[in-house]
Amino acid sequence: MPLLQVNDLRTYFHTRNGVVRAVDGVSFNIQKGETLGIVGESGSGKSVTCYSLMGLIPKPPGRIESGQALFDDVDLLHCRDSQLLKIRGKRISMVFQDPMTSLNPYMRIQDQLAEPLLIHEQLERKEAVHRAIRALEEVGVPDAARRIRSYPHEFSGGMRQRVMIAMALITKPELLIADEPTTALDVTVQAQILELIKKMQHELGTAVILISHDLGVVAGFCQRVLVMYAGRIVECAPTERLYYHPKHPYNRALQKSIPALQPKGADLYTIPGLPPDLSKPITGCAFVPRCEFAREICKSPVELTDVEPGHATACLRIQKGELELER
Amino acid sequence: MAEAFLELKNLKTHFPVERGIIFRRRIGTIKAVDGVSLSLQQGEILGLVGESGCGKSTLGRTILQLIPATEGTVILAGKNLNHLHGAALRQARADFQMIFQDPYASLNPRMTVYDALAEAIRSHRETPASELPMRVSELMKKVGLSPRYLKKYPHEFSGGQRQRIATARALAVEPKLIIADEPVSALDVSIQAQIINLLAGLSREMGLTLIFISHDLSVVKHISDRIAVMYLGRIVELGAATQVFERPLHPYTKALVSAVPIPDPEREKKRQRIIPPGDPPSPMNPPGGCSFHPRCPYAIADCARIVPVLEDFGDGQTAACIRMREIN
Repeated sequence: MPLLQVNDLRTYFHTRNGVVRAVDGVSFNIQKGETLGIVGESGSGKSVTCYSLMGLIPKPPGRIESGQALFDDVDLLHCRDSQLLKIRGKRISMVFQDPMTSLNPYMRIQDQLAEPLLIHEQLERKEAVHRAIRALEEVGVPDAARRIRSYPHEFSGGMRQRVMIAMALITKPELLIADEPTTALDVTVQAQILELIKKMQHELGTAVILISHDLGVVAGFCQRVLVMYAGRIVECAPTERLYYHPKHPYNRALQKSIPALQPKGADLYTIPGLPPDLSKPITGCAFVPRCEFAREICKSPVELTDVEPGHATACLRIQKGELELER
Repeated sequence: MAEAFLELKNLKTHFPVERGIIFRRRIGTIKAVDGVSLSLQQGEILGLVGESGCGKSTLGRTILQLIPATEGTVILAGKNLNHLHGAALRQARADFQMIFQDPYASLNPRMTVYDALAEAIRSHRETPASELPMRVSELMKKVGLSPRYLKKYPHEFSGGQRQRIATARALAVEPKLIIADEPVSALDVSIQAQIINLLAGLSREMGLTLIFISHDLSVVKHISDRIAVMYLGRIVELGAATQVFERPLHPYTKALVSAVPIPDPEREKKRQRIIPPGDPPSPMNPPGGCSFHPRCPYAIADCARIVPVLEDFGDGQTAACIRMREIN
């Protein structure tokens, strides 16, 4: 049984300019201890998907229109608040992109770090602080016993993100959702933080969902990857297969436009046009207007379907065997 | 060798750090740019990389005289820019322009594309009003925008299109040098590619000299002829783009190159990372000697004493490390 099973999740935002279908029928699962990557460009719905699972969508304007997210037989989308409170921050926790805005600037690190323990494990304050210091040491904050009394602004960006990770992992969660955890950091610090998440995952057996727009970060970190476009999953495969044998034109186009994989100085491949306006209903594949392989058939509805074991695509032409993509 | 088109000599930009409201006193100095010498040929693309706070943006702005230099000179096409003031500086600015990171912040939301571009054209040259629409259309075509959009406002464009408008505005005065400060960092991957192609193409066709500032090494490698790596206000390595990437000499460049994620799972699994511990130190109290030595795996006692200078290693690749020959 998977650790988390999401079925047909739809999160819409009801705005003055119409209904924005930010997440529109997303299904996936993650196994115990697995590392799953979600990639996509801004507005593709990767963050909204995870925020929906955690009950962090502002309502209104947001609304979860349909779907299920089964975590240990509890449907996270429809359970009572008291049930969600027991899971969130204890068995599922989250690391956000910007460590400056996600830490409370008025609270000492120790109070923020110990808080999950006081709430979820009913520990004595003294013992909670003791565990907090150990957690800080484990994520590599030097001089933890003294530094724990500092405020967030006294830490550098990389150190703050370490604090966030310590806080997320202090209750030994079964699932960690990391939303662009290194995007705000420099490359050398990014490498440190990714190593740290890997190490902690190894020690605790935590499953990780890594949301990123950076195909490079995902390549080195994840076992399986979902590619999102316009609120839908267009491809899902084990990392190697996704990179070496793309089965959706959008995934291939994305990889062809990254400079790192192209010969130096050559013109980069560009995807024509713009992502679709999500406030207008889209029938069929959302990538059609920008896809060089699109045919009439692509305008009919399409489901994410396995074309090889474990490798699913939402491209009708590939499903029908009409199209082969080269990397 | 032809005479350099842009020449920086021992350029320094220091910012005072002050404290106090009534009795302001100076408590320190941030050496954002601390002795940069560099020369560029016409039509060359130089990539300037480094982590946040290393002074790459300040260097760009100092070259363009947006921030006064504390010391040193900037010579562009034989003209010393440090000595220019007022009208003379404004006139000289037609030769050098800047493209900023955030196309949402760098365009005036209340000016149409036409207004923004026409203003730039008029500001540097008397242009008869009758010629303006034609000149503006030409500019828009040059950056790949349809002149149909002339009367639109910035909010009606996507990020990539706005960056094209910002580029068109920089080109309006027919500059010889453009400094692009993180021009693609705010853009999505697929849009990034369009802007990189545009800038590379413009440099090729118009012989523009381009300084491309970015923290993204793979983008810089792709577009640049040469790369300069900065750390705490100084250039620690300078060389041809592929060389710097494939055979980095300075320990900091080695770390930087090894930290860049590669979108290739096999290669990513195999590679050995050398990640320097800790964060870059504050530029207010940089460590003595080589400023990288506290994080450097090759550091010896001398590194804390001797300030290294850029030395040639062959093929025009230079690095500032006293142990360069031992460790390579």
